[in-house]
Amino acid sequence: MNEWLDPLLLSRWQFGLTTMYHFLFVPLTIGLALTVAIFQSAWVRTDKARYLQLTHFFGKIFLINVAMGVVTGIVQEFQFGMNWSDYSRFVGDVFGAPLAFEGIVAFFLEATFIGLWIFGWDKLPKKIHLGTIWLTVIGSITSAYFILAANAFMQNPVAYTINEEKGRAELTSIWDLLTNPIALAAFPHTIFACFMVSAGLIISVAAWHLYRNQHLDTMRPALKFGLWMMVIAGVLTTLAGDQLGLAMVDAQPMKMAAAEALYHTATGANASFSVFTLGTPDGVQELFSVRIPYLLSFLSTHTFDGTVEGINNLQAQYVTLYGPGDYTPTIWITYWAFRWMIGLGLAHMLVAVVGLWLTRGGRSPKRTWVWKVAIWSFPFSLLAMSVGWVFTEMGRQPWLVFGLMRTADGVSPGVSGVEILISLIVFTLLYGALAVVEVKLILKAVQKGPDDAPVQDAESGAHQHAVTVY
Amino acid sequence: MDLTILWFWIIAFMFIGYFVLDGFDFGVGMSLPFLGRDDTDRRVLINTIGPVWDLNETWVIVAGASLFAAFPEWYATMFSGFYLILLLILVALILRGVSFEYRHQRPESVWKKWFDGLIIVGSAVPALLWGVAFANIVQGVKLNANHDYVGTIFDLLNPYALLGGVATLLLFFVHGVVFVSLKTEGDIRMRARKLATKAGFATIVAAATFLAWTTLAYGTVVSALFAALAAALLIASFLANLRGAERLAFALMAGTIGLVVLTLFSSLFPDVMPASNDPANSLTIANASSSTYTLGVMSWTALIGMPVILLYQGWTYWVFRKRIGRAHIDLAVH
Repeated sequence: MNEWLDPLLLSRWQFGLTTMYHFLFVPLTIGLALTVAIFQSAWVRTDKARYLQLTHFFGKIFLINVAMGVVTGIVQEFQFGMNWSDYSRFVGDVFGAPLAFEGIVAFFLEATFIGLWIFGWDKLPKKIHLGTIWLTVIGSITSAYFILAANAFMQNPVAYTINEEKGRAELTSIWDLLTNPIALAAFPHTIFACFMVSAGLIISVAAWHLYRNQHLDTMRPALKFGLWMMVIAGVLTTLAGDQLGLAMVDAQPMKMAAAEALYHTATGANASFSVFTLGTPDGVQELFSVRIPYLLSFLSTHTFDGTVEGINNLQAQYVTLYGPGDYTPTIWITYWAFRWMIGLGLAHMLVAVVGLWLTRGGRSPKRTWVWKVAIWSFPFSLLAMSVGWVFTEMGRQPWLVFGLMRTADGVSPGVSGVEILISLIVFTLLYGALAVVEVKLILKAVQKGPDDAPVQDAESGAHQHAVTVY
Repeated sequence: MDLTILWFWIIAFMFIGYFVLDGFDFGVGMSLPFLGRDDTDRRVLINTIGPVWDLNETWVIVAGASLFAAFPEWYATMFSGFYLILLLILVALILRGVSFEYRHQRPESVWKKWFDGLIIVGSAVPALLWGVAFANIVQGVKLNANHDYVGTIFDLLNPYALLGGVATLLLFFVHGVVFVSLKTEGDIRMRARKLATKAGFATIVAAATFLAWTTLAYGTVVSALFAALAAALLIASFLANLRGAERLAFALMAGTIGLVVLTLFSSLFPDVMPASNDPANSLTIANASSSTYTLGVMSWTALIGMPVILLYQGWTYWVFRKRIGRAHIDLAVH
């Protein structure tokens, strides 16, 4: 068979592409829902027009983005059955439950109340309308939990037993499944990272306007809000990431070894963290690298004299456990994705701290490059999120469910390479075209800036709301 | 009660929810070229479903996830077997969804025309293909011992399945047009009533033929009763629309669609995906379902969750109960 029509390869590309694409919209939906809810709460409390302007302004960006998140999300759910039917058969009894929970408990909530929020401005009392955006926030965050619990099962299968007769995994405890240590650690790490992404957006947008000296009364508080959100969310993301690292070393030691391209088991000072490496980190040749001694030991075990297992060692162990095969992920991908995730995350926190210092007491920096850096916050925070997921999922390979099912065994046997090639091309073209429209619309909404303060009713002093329609 | 039976009917309930609710969204989308004479008309039409299409569409996500959790084999076989059909449905749903949101973002009429077109196609394609898919399930498809579909896409486009597609397409179309008459005011409301009458004849013929074929070829006593009732409600809805009883006509259309889904599911039972080539390869509620423990956990979730969901979704419809007219659109900011 033609190599390019390999259903496994094509299905992996399609799943990777559509998932990464979907996850460009998810962090913005989660983070911006919270942002909008906070601005609207501030408006309800203080009745200051600028908070209402900010609510509408970021609300508009939020909505352009939500539509894409919703429709690309359906693809994700359908794909398990379409492209990974043997995987679905094997794990459905366990993996399906959190997905169904997500739908019943969270997704309905999000989809219903978002409609009420968009179109309810002139139909609901002020406080009930505020409630609808908070319920959207709760829905989106709960939704994330169930999805991460499902994903955690693939990283660290728990709460199951193998039914030999049916040839599948079966759930033994829903509680254990939902409290998978990987899920408990990945949830805060992911959610706070989502807040970093939306903080990045707010910083970019506010800086763009402030650099042009416009919309000062709304964009100054917005910038301050974004910078603080970035610092706080950044610290929390880091702390949660540290916990996730510990859980990962426990559940998937190979992933940590692959993150560092550590071929030989190392202890203490030798368990160093390389900031970057010249040459290929394939364990054969290393031309030059900057290393921080003890750091890998600390990240992996929270002690300075810990031992971190190397790839060669783990590979040998896995061959004994699971039979002959290559159990090593693609090292250059995991190595660099891990570094870019951490590096970009830390860079954003640095930008935010410096930004808070430069704008302290209402100061406004004069140097152009300062603003340029701030304006680029958003795309790079999104990139940090994406490479983080590349690391998590590529580091899981060659497993689909760690230790239980290999990726190659999960693909749909009944779907031909031609069919998958068709769908891959269709999704690539469609998603590409939509990305162009999406970016243009968001840029247009951003550059237009907030609308003027809404008209106040002469008698009651209340802000009037225009009717919202499509 | 056997939990597999319970879940078979919960899945049926979820697809009823999906087809009754997103069904009229499809119909409203398809009615744009017939009822939307100018941009304001088309905006009136789109805004009848503006606040609710997203929650309506969510029903298919929940139905799909529940299918995955309760009947993994069914989910795996159906979704991989109907690969290209589902791809088309996904593309259509994506285009429809973004078009609702993007259409009003720019004033140029070319821009709007493009998204109007995408809404029409994005509504018609799923309306047709969901019927094709479910008719194929009832009819049975070629499955091997691993329950993988071994036919081709052309096997799925057989006369019975295509008739099923035409039937759902027309049912959703009329359902949406009746919904428009219920949710709008002025001229467009009257035109919607007339269009529902015109389309009603063809719909009754197509739906009745499909129901009769289903009953004769795959039916049981129970499914025959559902089919007869579905046909009766459809005709009653037609008459109610003639008399201008919009609420009744809409309720009867919703009932019709629910009963058509019940007809299909009761024809299937206790199979979930019969194998047309070898009955031994058929998927049934017994060999396709999850373990008793998983079904038990899911039952509690659905039992507690669904009433709450129905309550707040019902409230949403109540909040947006007012009719929409051209004046409403002119008031808007953008």
